[in-house]
Amino acid sequence: MDFKTATFYFLSTILVLAGLRVITARNPVHAVLFLVLAFFTASGLWLLLQAEFLAITLVMVYVGAVMVLFLFVVMMLDINIERLRQGFWSYLPLGAAIGLLMAAEMGVVLGGRYFWPETMPDPVAPPVGYSNTKELGRLLFTDYVYPFELASVVLLVAIIAAVMLTLRRRIDKKHQNPSEQIAVKRNDRLRIIAMPTEKE
Amino acid sequence: MNFVMPDFYPAASEILLLVMACFILLVDLVLPSTKRWIIALLTQLTLVGCAIVTFVTADGQVVLTFSNMFVDDLLGDFLKLLVYVSVSAMLIYSRGYLAARNLEKSEFYLLVLFSTLGMMVMISASHFVSLYLGLELLSLSLYALVALDRDSPRATEAAMKYFVLGALASGLLLYGMSMIYGATGTLEIGGVAQSIYHGVANKTILVFGLVFLVSGLAFKLGLVPFHMWIPDVYHGAPTAITLFIGSAPKLAGFAIAMRLLVYGLFELAGEWQVMLTILAVLSIAIGNVVAVAQTNLKRMLAYSAISHMGFMLLGLLSGVVGGDRHFALNAYSSAMFYAISYVLMTLGSFGMILLLSRAGHEAENLEDFKGLSQRSPWFALMMGILMFSLAGVPFFVGFWAKFSVLLAVVDTGQIWLVVVAVFFSLIGAFYYLRVVKLMWFDAPIQTAPIEATLDMRMLLSVNGLAVALLGAFPQAIMTLCTFTLLRSL
Repeated sequence: MDFKTATFYFLSTILVLAGLRVITARNPVHAVLFLVLAFFTASGLWLLLQAEFLAITLVMVYVGAVMVLFLFVVMMLDINIERLRQGFWSYLPLGAAIGLLMAAEMGVVLGGRYFWPETMPDPVAPPVGYSNTKELGRLLFTDYVYPFELASVVLLVAIIAAVMLTLRRRIDKKHQNPSEQIAVKRNDRLRIIAMPTEKE
Repeated sequence: MNFVMPDFYPAASEILLLVMACFILLVDLVLPSTKRWIIALLTQLTLVGCAIVTFVTADGQVVLTFSNMFVDDLLGDFLKLLVYVSVSAMLIYSRGYLAARNLEKSEFYLLVLFSTLGMMVMISASHFVSLYLGLELLSLSLYALVALDRDSPRATEAAMKYFVLGALASGLLLYGMSMIYGATGTLEIGGVAQSIYHGVANKTILVFGLVFLVSGLAFKLGLVPFHMWIPDVYHGAPTAITLFIGSAPKLAGFAIAMRLLVYGLFELAGEWQVMLTILAVLSIAIGNVVAVAQTNLKRMLAYSAISHMGFMLLGLLSGVVGGDRHFALNAYSSAMFYAISYVLMTLGSFGMILLLSRAGHEAENLEDFKGLSQRSPWFALMMGILMFSLAGVPFFVGFWAKFSVLLAVVDTGQIWLVVVAVFFSLIGAFYYLRVVKLMWFDAPIQTAPIEATLDMRMLLSVNGLAVALLGAFPQAIMTLCTFTLLRSL
């Protein structure tokens, strides 16, 4: 077993275990952290495949941005684990039976000879000076420009939907108006009343 | 780097719609909220403009552009025109309803436009990636629209359910696509068909992918056993949004079923026809039986939607008989006819709920329709026509739709399937005719006068009369369906 294969098995084992822990961890914060670990190891696998740009993007976008947001949301939410686990045991037999059946079927099909590495052609070594990033960019802006634009529209819809669902203009909100505060005159706040001194 | 500039001409209507949606977004910034009607008008004008562009650019040729990701054919153009019509009708129906509930936000119009764009992309997709992105564009806009009434717990719950199950369905669809990619080595729908035809692809992997693909499609179309979201979403969403979900997206769903199964995996018709048979029988049976027990009209129409989608499948599954493709054209055009007539009837029946609703009152229960004939005989007649048509009573358009689909099944020789379908639609006739009975033979509970704008009254009348008139001349649409499919297959 050469170094590459050993690294592959090492990373894959961590990936699968981390994936399992994501769904079995009792604490949602732990689950998110295991997901971060899963993303890290997946990006390591992509590096082995010489897809270095995608690997770095995975770490930067998912681990750096998305998962941090996730952590914030999970920490802010008041999740009642006990309520989430209600009915777990009553649903377990049916769920487990269907899950095992599907897993067995998938195992039969995907374990078939078709997906064995021996039947796959060896990857062609890229030419000298080949840039993964450049090639991805070329594809995105030429052949895949239509889905690229569509994806941007999907993001625009996400922005509009998020604003629509969360932005509230409250009438009763109390806020300061600095320009009014500065422009205030003495007479607005203070009234000097001439009072005759009282005599005993 | 031999890159050829894509031909933008076939996608002119999509480009127009996107540009106009962005323009409306900017107009909304400077417009005071009292002038919402300008946004509504601009949206309608956009749809009219798109319809003109689609009509002018429809030349009956099959043109591929954007690196074979976009296909422009007569089938797509025809379905797109129908989508514009149904979206436009839905906007007219829902204005009064939304305004009365303070929900007529400009985001509503924008999201409707973007979901229309998603439907157009789905209809014109000739690549798995563009098909999936169109589907997501439609679904994401719909999830947000269901939660339009964000202070209503029922609506947000429905939106959440729809979102989670929709994401699961998208996952199933994507997994199926990835398997088919693994077997054929291409994501282009035409390329997939070529690869299977030449026998390069591994059949086991293909069928494995097909199972997930069909499950994902069944989720999106709302077929038993993937129907759980339909009643809750139809019930929970504001009625205007229910009307939207129940109408135009069914046309887009038909389009992607055609693109994936007929255009891409036609060689596997023997396999997917069996799967569709199971889905169709279950949908027709459970949809019709459960609908009988509903007292809420929106839930009842939701179960009726499930059974109608099952009926539409009957057309899709009778294209190939033992390798003989003689019947394909007839069968698929009958499925298309079914989808079109269902959308027409659905627009009308949810339009009636919107007509009877007013500020603070939802006319969503069967009781609200009691004695409608005394309050407004004309609209009771319209609702009667729609219910008769949905039940498949001769000679309304719904009858001809069922008839042509069943004829297609008879051609395949599966008489048992016809018997099952007719039996359960007889059960279904009960709950449609119950509405008619309530309207004409019961004393009214609600006595408030019907408040609706003139345009809504007129459109609803046109809609009801169209169902009756097309029933008298079903050949008009049937010929159109056959013609467009003949030029596009």
